Amino acid sequence: MKKWATLKNHLQEIQLITHRSMTALVIMLILITFLILRLGFLQCAQHAHYTTLSKKNWLDIVPVEPTRGLIYDRNGLLLAENLPVFSLDIIPEKNPSIPQALAEIAKIIPLNDTEIAQFQKELKQHRRFEEIPLKLRLTEAEVARFYENQYRFPGALIKARLIRHYPLGAALSHIVGYVGRINLDELDNVDPSNYSATNYIGKLGIEKFYEDELHGTVGYEQAENDASGQPVRILHDIKPMPGKNLYLTLDSNLQIVAEQALAGHNGAVVILQPATGQILAMVSEPSFDPNLFVDGMSNQAFQQLEKAPSKPLYNRTLRGLYPLASTIKPYIALEGLDSETTTPNFTIFDPGWYQLPNSEHVYHDWKPHGHGTVNLNHALVSSCDTYFFALGHKMGIKHIDDILTRFGFGELTGIDVGEELPGIIASPAWKRRTKGIPWHEGDTINSAIGQGYMQATPLQLAQGIAILANRGKRFLPHLLLTEQEAGKIPEPQATTELEPVKLHQEDNWKMIITALQNVITSPLGTGYAHFGHDMPYTIAGKTGTAQVYSIKHRDEEGKNEEQDNLPEALRDHSLFVAFAPVDKPQIAIAVIAEHSKLAASIARHILDYYFTGSTPRLARANKENMTHDSAPHL
Amino acid sequence: MTVPHTFKRTHHPHQTHPRSLWQSMHIDMYLLFGLILLTAMGLVILYSASGQNHNTITQQILHIFMAFIIMLIVAQIPPHIYQRWAIWLYSIGIFLLIVVLIAGHTGKGAERWLNLGVIRFQPSELMKLALPLFLASYFHKTHLPLNNLSILLAIVIIMIPAVLVAKQPDQSTAVLLFIAGGSVLLLAGLSWRLLGYITGLAIICAPLLWHFMHDYQRQRVLTFFNPERDPLGASYHIIQSKIAIGSGGFFGKGWLNGTQSHLHFLPEHATDFIFAVCGEEFGFVGSVILILLFMIIILRGLYITIYAQDTFSRLLAGSLTLTFFFSFFINMGMVTGILPVMGLPLPLVSYGGSSMITLMAGFGILMSIQTHRKLLTT
Repeated sequence: MKKWATLKNHLQEIQLITHRSMTALVIMLILITFLILRLGFLQCAQHAHYTTLSKKNWLDIVPVEPTRGLIYDRNGLLLAENLPVFSLDIIPEKNPSIPQALAEIAKIIPLNDTEIAQFQKELKQHRRFEEIPLKLRLTEAEVARFYENQYRFPGALIKARLIRHYPLGAALSHIVGYVGRINLDELDNVDPSNYSATNYIGKLGIEKFYEDELHGTVGYEQAENDASGQPVRILHDIKPMPGKNLYLTLDSNLQIVAEQALAGHNGAVVILQPATGQILAMVSEPSFDPNLFVDGMSNQAFQQLEKAPSKPLYNRTLRGLYPLASTIKPYIALEGLDSETTTPNFTIFDPGWYQLPNSEHVYHDWKPHGHGTVNLNHALVSSCDTYFFALGHKMGIKHIDDILTRFGFGELTGIDVGEELPGIIASPAWKRRTKGIPWHEGDTINSAIGQGYMQATPLQLAQGIAILANRGKRFLPHLLLTEQEAGKIPEPQATTELEPVKLHQEDNWKMIITALQNVITSPLGTGYAHFGHDMPYTIAGKTGTAQVYSIKHRDEEGKNEEQDNLPEALRDHSLFVAFAPVDKPQIAIAVIAEHSKLAASIARHILDYYFTGSTPRLARANKENMTHDSAPHL
Repeated sequence: MTVPHTFKRTHHPHQTHPRSLWQSMHIDMYLLFGLILLTAMGLVILYSASGQNHNTITQQILHIFMAFIIMLIVAQIPPHIYQRWAIWLYSIGIFLLIVVLIAGHTGKGAERWLNLGVIRFQPSELMKLALPLFLASYFHKTHLPLNNLSILLAIVIIMIPAVLVAKQPDQSTAVLLFIAGGSVLLLAGLSWRLLGYITGLAIICAPLLWHFMHDYQRQRVLTFFNPERDPLGASYHIIQSKIAIGSGGFFGKGWLNGTQSHLHFLPEHATDFIFAVCGEEFGFVGSVILILLFMIIILRGLYITIYAQDTFSRLLAGSLTLTFFFSFFINMGMVTGILPVMGLPLPLVSYGGSSMITLMAGFGILMSIQTHRKLLTT
């Protein structure tokens, strides 16, 4: 009985599906008949009508490129503008023989190898019926010569274009970035119809990050063309909508002063407002001229930039990873106090070295015979390594990692340019994962003075000291001040407050900040020589020296003299982080000078300009030391 | 079970050679020739549409070659194996769709690809096969006619991948998934009345769909209902393709002689609007021939459906055939202006590798169903 039931069921299923398939067939045939009728209507009944339309389909629809938004600094100074130029373009589909055309054109308008190479490159990956620029920035004489001969070059035309130009050149290239010719990969990531008239796209920095805002919306023109395809008149049009103008938080004057102060050294300066997170200046030296990238440079010129040992294309402020060195000490000290691992009055005796119990290894202080008896304040002021060896050992790597994380190290700051690196907070798990070896006690000791595996970007250093200046309040570092739609009032961008750093004891902020102020004002302080006591403004800061050459070398006495004898590439980097004024901080600054001791004097130079508008005598003296190859990029 | 030869003959009088060479190679000759003719005509059209771009043609020949090989491999595997795999293919497909969706949030705009290092791959393509496979195997188990619970479950099984794909956002593939799943339901005997209710519900839910649409998709729908609304923007595609097709006339302008499609009047000519190139250059005659080539495959697909051996194979074969029908019908309807512009390519003709491979794998399954039949059935 059961078997019969399933058999019946099976038969029923077969009938059902067969029946349904036949119904589907009928429906499909009806639909296809309908489609064929539609084709018959279009191609037979309406054939004449559409033939007329196609014959005078010299009604061409031409997309119109929107004007790219301008970029200003916070004072309204132009950082990126659009300059009108004449360019000679070729539409390859309309020319029967490109090589011949190039040879002919070269007779009346000089073409150099770079222009031809660039043209050939784009010929391989262009969109159909898109004009490819052969030569930008034609002179008036060249334009006139071309028009006389235009009939000889089908598909060639002169076009008035707007070309991106960066008036301040190399000074801002790492932040503002640049635009370049759009390539097919990039076209995949944007709405292709919105970019149908656009030839350039942001490749780096602000130009890339705010591409959507800067680009605008494409417009259309319906043009009536004559037989040769030249537009006779415009019938209707939809105007393109220009991109938004952006005002950045940058202060160009401060940026240029910072760049000049650093000139001659490889390094980076980051200055921000602790109270808002606005970035006032971001310098990475050496730099490059972004205008070279707009026109497209030869492969050789690019290789030269790319391979230069000083790495001008490398944005040190966001991607340079440096040891924190002694600038780590304020955070370690803060955590030491707040976790009650140490107290303000606890002292150690520093003989100039530190040794772990049960270990032979000796960790040397930077000062050969030691600092004697030191408490926490003294240890910060004179940057006593031995004190921090002991403190780091006592509190352990977990506490060190914890406080660094809370101050924003080891993770992206979230700044509104895309190229940032997160840096490294080393932990036993991190070391096992990346190096495959276990964590040693000595790694903790080295970490406590910022010489181990820990790495931070200059932006993170500036952010860290800004959080300290704010007594824990934390703002998202950012570059965009306001956005302005064409014809409208600029809209200020809100500042974003992040999770603050909270202490058990609020007094501990004051303790650390006072110590950092003493770094500058106390004759024992490591910053005293660069700033002294007759300052027109108050400042709290911390110096640091990042080892480049091996630690073994450093262990030997008379290190400082030897540093001067080392080849430049092996000399230590100097670091300086600070904020000023101490009570109501207006700016926070981080300076890194590679293979140089001048970070603190560079900071002084910049801070003096910021607060007094003048260049100090000390920095001027230093400038003489910086002569070689210090031509500013202006 | 061994069966006397004569017994076979009486039951299948039309099969004089029950195990031909083709059959033992698991190739269905009719389907194979239909596909070869169609892809060949597709290449001829594409050559013209791409502006005689040799690179495009070489690439496309490579796609076709790979797709045929995959079809032949797929055909070697007997249907009951697919039935066993169905649930896993479906689950993996869902998992990968979620992965792509999460990974996609980090990139700008639409993200449909999963980068496997060597090859890039679209999980939504896998889903086009996995969904009908899974539904057919599910209905095979539950037995027909459908009860309410299994209908409800089937709708959930269809909705999950369709919503995930629509979120990518790739509405046109989502529509294809609806068709693939819906066709299984219809073949399994979903009552017409219930279909009416579901359609009604869908119309009520349309505003919700509208909410999920991107601006450019809304533009396309609005333009469809009122082409004069924006003659310079979205409806440009429709107007231009109608001019191209209409000016082709009865015999067409001749191969490579199209003017509309060779100037840049016709947008996206090498992909979605390639049927307009066919209409312009080969005219009414050429377009009807192309449609007939498509219909040969459809008819063979339905034949395989009706003669398949079990419910699973029948539902699967029917769904694959119907989905193929609707994917080319929707494309042609859009190019001739009777359906809204949807961004669906013309299957086997438009330029592109990944959808070609999925389609051919589908035909491989059809061949497998046809050639793995045991000769004794009801």
